[in-house]
Amino acid sequence: MALLEVNHLDVRFALRLGEVHALRDVNFTLERGERLGIVGESGAGKSVAAFSLLNLIAKPGFIAGGEVRFDGQQLNSMSERALRKVRGNRISMIFQDPMMTLNPVLSIGEQMLECLKAHRRISSKEARAIALDKLYQVQIPSPETRLDQYPHELSGGMRQRIIIAIALLLDPDIIIADEPTTALDVTIQAEIMALLLELCEKHNVGLILITHDLGVVSQVTQRMLVMYAGRVIEQGPTREIINDPQHPYTQGLINALPQMATPGEKLNQIRGSMPSLSNLPSGCAFHPRCDFINRADGQPRPACTQQVPGFVESGNCQVACHMVAELIDKEATDEARLKETNP
Amino acid sequence: MNASSSALPSRWERLRDSYLLYSFKRDIVAQISLVVFIGLVAVAVLAPWLSPMNPYDLAQIDILSSELPPFWIDGSDAQYLLGTDAQGRDMLSTILYGARVSLMIGFGAVALQALIGVCFGLLAGYLGGRIDAFLMRLADIQLSFSTLMVAIIVGALVKAIFGGETFSAYAVPLLILIIGLAEWPQYARTVRASVLAEKNKEYVDAARVMGLRSKRIMFRHILPNTLSPIFVISTVQIANAIISEAALSFLGLGMPETHPSLGSLIKAGFDYIQSGSWWITLIPGAVLIVLVLSINLLGDWLRDVMNPRLYKG
Amino acid sequence: MIAFLVKRLFHALLVMFVISIIAFAIQDNLGDPIQQMVGQSVPESERAELREELGLNDPFLVQYARFAINAAQFDFGYSYVFNQPTTEVIARHLPATLELVAAATFLIITLSVPIGVYSAIKPRAWLSRFFMGISIVGISIPVFLTAIMLIQLFAIGVSWTPFPVDTAWGSWLNDLISTEGGMPAYGRGNPVPVFGTWETNFASLEGLTYLVLPAVSLASIMLPLFIRLIRAEMLEVMQSDYVKFARAKGISMRRIYFLHALKNTMLPVITVGGVQIGTLVAYTILTETVFQWPGMGLMFLDAIERSDIPLIVTYLMIVGLIFVITNTIVDLIYGLVNPTVKLTGKPA
Repeated sequence: MALLEVNHLDVRFALRLGEVHALRDVNFTLERGERLGIVGESGAGKSVAAFSLLNLIAKPGFIAGGEVRFDGQQLNSMSERALRKVRGNRISMIFQDPMMTLNPVLSIGEQMLECLKAHRRISSKEARAIALDKLYQVQIPSPETRLDQYPHELSGGMRQRIIIAIALLLDPDIIIADEPTTALDVTIQAEIMALLLELCEKHNVGLILITHDLGVVSQVTQRMLVMYAGRVIEQGPTREIINDPQHPYTQGLINALPQMATPGEKLNQIRGSMPSLSNLPSGCAFHPRCDFINRADGQPRPACTQQVPGFVESGNCQVACHMVAELIDKEATDEARLKETNP
Repeated sequence: MNASSSALPSRWERLRDSYLLYSFKRDIVAQISLVVFIGLVAVAVLAPWLSPMNPYDLAQIDILSSELPPFWIDGSDAQYLLGTDAQGRDMLSTILYGARVSLMIGFGAVALQALIGVCFGLLAGYLGGRIDAFLMRLADIQLSFSTLMVAIIVGALVKAIFGGETFSAYAVPLLILIIGLAEWPQYARTVRASVLAEKNKEYVDAARVMGLRSKRIMFRHILPNTLSPIFVISTVQIANAIISEAALSFLGLGMPETHPSLGSLIKAGFDYIQSGSWWITLIPGAVLIVLVLSINLLGDWLRDVMNPRLYKG
Repeated sequence: MIAFLVKRLFHALLVMFVISIIAFAIQDNLGDPIQQMVGQSVPESERAELREELGLNDPFLVQYARFAINAAQFDFGYSYVFNQPTTEVIARHLPATLELVAAATFLIITLSVPIGVYSAIKPRAWLSRFFMGISIVGISIPVFLTAIMLIQLFAIGVSWTPFPVDTAWGSWLNDLISTEGGMPAYGRGNPVPVFGTWETNFASLEGLTYLVLPAVSLASIMLPLFIRLIRAEMLEVMQSDYVKFARAKGISMRRIYFLHALKNTMLPVITVGGVQIGTLVAYTILTETVFQWPGMGLMFLDAIERSDIPLIVTYLMIVGLIFVITNTIVDLIYGLVNPTVKLTGKPA
């Protein structure tokens, strides 16, 4: 059994103008020490997915169905008290913007020690020693003085290191990192990412990395999910997806990378923009932006505009696309026909 | 389809489809407040035609019928629906006239505040530097002294300079002036804050690159973008100005009893509360509360809908 | 911290300078010490002599310097009405006002923080809605009307009989909505002397009963404001990333509410509180008028009525000083709570 198992997760937001479906039928697993990337444009539901794992979605949002199983326990039906023992202790989080994540009026030491003391019965002295050790691990210069400093006295990169140290404080099984480098200077991004990867590998910590940066995903993770408009549309081993993306959206994302462009020519882009979750197109949510809704014979594929695609297996990946399903069907029938004609 | 609606949406159509109206239709409190407020303003404006007698006309006053209670209490006189005050004036009439005076001073003072405050706020925010530092320091000092305190002190001094009688004769414009001068910092700080926010946006740079003059940039480009916070604080400021006027009048630094506002009616009636004639003070008091409450509720609703970044503190 | 203090002190001196100029201008233009000293009967030549002798013909700046030097030594001359040094008159009235403000501030702080926090934590609970409704009504009632209504209800008493008097349930309901009256609502009663001119209402039960209605009236104007402010700030803070992060760390909600969120909530509340102290002093004038509370506000109105210019000027200077001192203290507290206030005195 996997360490973390997400089955049919369904998250909604009860807004004044009606209910908005933020996540639909999300399924994935994470093994101990495995690193998983969740990729998509902003608004695809990546962050909602991250926050719903620990049942941390803010008020109008709620988990409407499905389950999150962690180490045999069902997290989404747990009491707040029981959940608190998991949060920060066995599963910890790293947020997007280090400038906003630390409480401006509490010292770094206070914010580190409170986390330790919330989960373990230890003396302040022991807690301080652990905190110093973690600060040392995230390569912060002169850790002793940092404990007495306040967030505003530190740079963004420094703060993100401290947040990583906080995430590691209780030697968790999983770290969920929600765009951990997006808000940082480009020069520091790679440093922080390398640090995170190194620490996860060293301590055999599972990582769920949420990002829109395919480059980072391909360097750091072993498996990945691609999300679009609240659904997972493709998942599988990172290398396979990056090298041979099946879903037109994933293909679009990869083609849009600057290194995929021919020098002197315009960058590739996916036309249009992500639909609003409150007003999704019928059928496959991607179809208005998809270049492949027409079949080989020039006729539009009716399923694309009418029916939500289910998953089909393609190699080690799962893809939710009518076109891919058709191609696979065709291949299968071709193969069968081939076998028939020359046995 | 006629020609007018096929082109750009008219003002009316834009209002009809706006979020403002949509949320208004769903908010019963805002609807009631608006009806009450418009009703009060209407009866106050129409006071000379609606009220049974003219409280300013001494010939109509009968001192023998003083301190009569309102209609639901024994001993009332059907001629005086809400009873009479200590001088024998019909309460209903004095309240209608009083509300008229209170509203006049409230709106007048807010217009003056807005004029001074918006100009100073635009200047301070747009020009910056020493003018900004000077104006905002002035606003800080005035605010830390509290606007009501400033109004009381200025009122006391004006009264001391002009003497009681002259003050009474020109009480309405003087009160507008006093309350207007006391409360401009609220506007100035709000406008300055939104100007600072707007100033660095691209469209202002664009206007400057196009070579437009400062004045034009300020009034045609920046000011329209600061309107929604101005609109929201205006409701609060009208309520405040009406309360300030009532407070000044209650202290004897406002409208004279011969030409009463709601505040001076409350003051006049307060002397009789111990003798059991509570209505002389509490009925105008209730009208004042309902008036201010309806404005504040409308202001609350506007703030929720427009959700501007208001200056805090 | 020292640079911060020096900066604050400089600011305080600047404010006091502005106030003293205004006060001096009032004294210079409105007060005529000669008339007050010698009366109408003295011939003009003698008056001119006295004028010269007292330095009233000196240039403005010289006169202002003299005023400022005297003011720095708390010498503002004699009250026309009381024929005593104005500072003595003020000293006699100051304790009553300070005690009233202290009692009201106590009510405001002890009620607004728990109510504000509660209605932010449980924004949909009916009790929160009730508090919000009451607070908007509270903001809309001028302080003197609250005071008058409290007098009618608790000092005079009301007997309502909308239910039938001759039935048991009817008279029970009538009693329920009627009030007894009898609360003292005039003056301070018999305050207990502490030392010098200081007499206190806090030392006896009787004194406290005299304090109840005025203090509640004075608190009523600020309380709803602070409840709404604390609620709004707390709601905003609860949306912040650092609160979400604290939750993700597995900290108890109590610690998140009362340490992480409340400490940040208090920053703007302290700033607004500093500004509102001035308003509170202004409202003492109204409260003291209604309750004939013998404090500085009542004294000030009396001084205006009788054109006691030196007393008016002294009041302005003393109230200005109180504002400056409280604002400086508030800034200091702010600096202690907010670590981002550095030596420069500006938030980073």
